[in-house]
Amino acid sequence: MALTMLCLTLVVFFLVNLEPNLKKLAISQLDMRSSQEDLESWLQKNGYRQNFFVRYGQWLGVVQKQPNIDPQTGASVPRFAYCDEPAEARYSGILQGDFGCSTKFKVPVAKKLFPALGATGILMFWVMVVMVPVSLLIGVLAGMREGSRTDRTLSVASIATTATPEYVSGVIFAVIFASWLGWLNGSAATATREGISFYNFTLPVMTMAVYGIGYIARMTRASMVEVMTQQYIRTARLKGLGFGAVVVKHALRNALIAPFTVIMLQFPWLLTGVVIVEVMFRYQGFGFTLVEAASNNDIDLLLGCSLVSVFVVLSTQLISDVGYAYLNPRIRVQ
Amino acid sequence: MDIEYIGAFGIILGALARFWPVWTALAIILVLSLRFKKSLGLYGQLFDTGVGVAGVMICLFWLFTAIFAGTVAPFDPLAQFPVMKSILPGAIEPGSGQAFLFGGDRLARDVFSRMVYGSQIVLIIAPAATLFALMVGTTLGLPAGYYGGRVDSILSFLANLVLAFPVILLFYLLVTPGIRETPIPQWMAGFFFIFPIVFFSLLFYTRFRGRPELLAIQLALTLVIGGWVYAGLVFDADPLGIISISSNQLNIFVAVVFASSPGVFRIVRGLVMDIKTRDYVAAAQTRGENPWYIMLWEVLPNARGPLIVDVCLRIGYTTILLGTLGYFGLGLAPESPDWGTGIKESSRLLRASVHPALPPVFALMSFVLGLNLLADALREQSLKD
Repeated sequence: MALTMLCLTLVVFFLVNLEPNLKKLAISQLDMRSSQEDLESWLQKNGYRQNFFVRYGQWLGVVQKQPNIDPQTGASVPRFAYCDEPAEARYSGILQGDFGCSTKFKVPVAKKLFPALGATGILMFWVMVVMVPVSLLIGVLAGMREGSRTDRTLSVASIATTATPEYVSGVIFAVIFASWLGWLNGSAATATREGISFYNFTLPVMTMAVYGIGYIARMTRASMVEVMTQQYIRTARLKGLGFGAVVVKHALRNALIAPFTVIMLQFPWLLTGVVIVEVMFRYQGFGFTLVEAASNNDIDLLLGCSLVSVFVVLSTQLISDVGYAYLNPRIRVQ
Repeated sequence: MDIEYIGAFGIILGALARFWPVWTALAIILVLSLRFKKSLGLYGQLFDTGVGVAGVMICLFWLFTAIFAGTVAPFDPLAQFPVMKSILPGAIEPGSGQAFLFGGDRLARDVFSRMVYGSQIVLIIAPAATLFALMVGTTLGLPAGYYGGRVDSILSFLANLVLAFPVILLFYLLVTPGIRETPIPQWMAGFFFIFPIVFFSLLFYTRFRGRPELLAIQLALTLVIGGWVYAGLVFDADPLGIISISSNQLNIFVAVVFASSPGVFRIVRGLVMDIKTRDYVAAAQTRGENPWYIMLWEVLPNARGPLIVDVCLRIGYTTILLGTLGYFGLGLAPESPDWGTGIKESSRLLRASVHPALPPVFALMSFVLGLNLLADALREQSLKD
């Protein structure tokens, strides 16, 4: 996992440090009409022209960061006034907990990234609260009696929701609930300032939940169908137990093992969804930050974002493996 | 000047009438398919269920719309008519007397025509990128699953590396105007587009090694056609000038192939690991067949069922990805009529006018829905066998 993260950050570091991207950064920091020499000297002055691996090492915290010395006075001047820079050479990188400096928002990355993550965490929490029970319910209802009318209706409905990406359902919901009915707010921008409410937060949550519901429901249905054909279900039915009791007591627990993995692996998908939904509804969370960082080539912020997202992806994979073994005694390691 | 409107009824009738070449083609296909259902194999069996018919028909509808786009669409997708700016659906354009069936957008273009032409972009890039991803994933997944060991662990590590990247971040890094100034898209294209050539060369070589005269023809054909397409796509140096691709389209194409081939790789690898334990593989090994012969001619044909289903789903997923790219304004030109760009443009102005947002939204949704229904029907058919 550490190796994967190392490789990925190296790739991201390489891509954001390509020549055109550096030029874009320099232009956004100076202004549109700066000459080639100005841009070049800005990059030179701020240390973007050092050796690639040295800079990667500095970011990582295995190479010392040198203080920025003004050639005229000889005193050390911080490169960006809004971040504290080392006055003497020291190790200060990711490993020491220093995420660097955001050039777009003009704050240290940690100050921007972690509140944004918190905001996204709230969004994710509500999405999960809506998505998981609804999709499990649909899946269990559909898988209970395979081939029945309920099953077919719910299956087609869940196929339809998997065919509806967030930017499609977002537009449809915004049109129906915000433009025509006027019940809900089509923007969640107020959620950041005034706290979340039903009025401004329902649309983003609904939009994100819908895309995932279909997929989880289909997985639950498949595993429910399989469980319902097992011998022990027939035994329970034959000994005279009611259908409802069989489903709730005998089938449900075994049918929920597969969806657990799917729900965990859904997190990386939610990450893409978060970006779309936050941009669409203007909610100041992680996805919004990522888009801002990427479109302004804010190197340190973008690296921080990718580190976080790769960490989320890898740790959910790990949790899903461990949780699967926990729920399913047959594959538990002796 | 007053603009005349045709009513809601007129809009529906008008839209249905504009699609006449599509309806004709669909009717012909439907009649022929039902007539010869018995002799069409898997395709014929799709017509047994309602889901299958719906899936096939929706997919074919968009396919024919893309083919007949020039006849179906009344206006040019980029043409602007200043009087028709943000106009409501059903307004009649005074110059030509044709109606703006679904209204005009912010830049006074016909929303209906843009939707129809958008299908062309989607239906070229999505299936083509999926097929390339399939080639790459298969060519790498076969040896990984068959040999196992070090080959497998290296390739799997690389695949997991790409899969651990959130798709959206990958696109923000790989599809930018900046990266088009560097040779990276070309390198990646050069790397990915070599796989189909390798795949087909190996396919023919392993099968017809004993018959040099046949092999020579096939290899020559593969190399000539493959090299021709390769030169056109990668170096933009097609000697005949037929195949060419603009640099932003190449960029998108490469990024999409890059993002979706690890998924194919994982599926192929899993299937191969399952199939290689079968008796017919052991028989072929005992006969002393070349490992690549076994992979390509014994294992791969038996893995086709799940692969076909996966390709259907994956084309849908690629369509969603293309829409995402369009939605974030990455890669495609801002005036391009594709559905994602259309959704982006109109979703910002939902408060002002709603109608330009809906046609691309429903177009994208119905196409992906059609593909998913098709995949579902195919899966049920292949489970029956």
